[in-house]
Amino acid sequence: MLFRYRGSEGMLAWAFHRISGVAIWLFVILHVIDIYLVGGNPEAYDELLAIYASPAGRVGEVLLGGALLYHALNGLRIILMDFWPALTHYHRQLWYASWVVFAAVGLPGAFIILRPIFAP
Amino acid sequence: MTLWTRSGRPRPQSGGFELAVWYLMRLSGLALFVLALAHFAILHFIFDPAEQTSEFIINERWSSLFWRAFDWLLLQMVLFHSFMGVRTVVLDYAKGGLRTVLVTGLYLLAAVLFVLGTIVVMTLPLPGTR
Repeated sequence: MLFRYRGSEGMLAWAFHRISGVAIWLFVILHVIDIYLVGGNPEAYDELLAIYASPAGRVGEVLLGGALLYHALNGLRIILMDFWPALTHYHRQLWYASWVVFAAVGLPGAFIILRPIFAP
Repeated sequence: MTLWTRSGRPRPQSGGFELAVWYLMRLSGLALFVLALAHFAILHFIFDPAEQTSEFIINERWSSLFWRAFDWLLLQMVLFHSFMGVRTVVLDYAKGGLRTVLVTGLYLLAAVLFVLGTIVVMTLPLPGTR
């Protein structure tokens, strides 16, 4: 269904951009409140950061980092095409190029974040 | 010229507020490409969350005005970009009274978070002053 509806990479790029954006927005709300605790309730902040550093927390951070990296790269692709419309003809190739960068940066990044689970 | 990007929002033809938001989304997006990715890389690749206690924030992370200014700028950019982005989502899916309620709620929440973030980044004592 997802792949048949209008079918193209452009639609998927749009859907992923929107989903990753809303996910990052939700984390930003949590993150501003948690950093406020450093001043208001430092013990509560330390407890929350222990959750961030747990295995489940690290998996969440990899997902957050993936959403952030995708949104950043695809956002750059959008800006490039907005101000250089001829590039819109290559929107598909640009999307695939963004996935190459995503893998090149994201896989080592995920390794660094997840490593302490296996080698504390 | 009716060419527009597949995943971006078409540039508003009406001008005024919507066009300003369209440009500011791209400007804040570029700023966040640097600020947010650097923030994430520093706090996950250079430092590990396991060492990030309140003490780490006070004595290390926010021990200089540079990083406080960096994070305050990041706060402004991310609040504008994320809340105006979610506003675009609301405008796509909600109409009439519900739209007004949701957009007003977004503006209020963004204002509260701006105040909270600004208070903590500006009033947390520098190391050695407490």
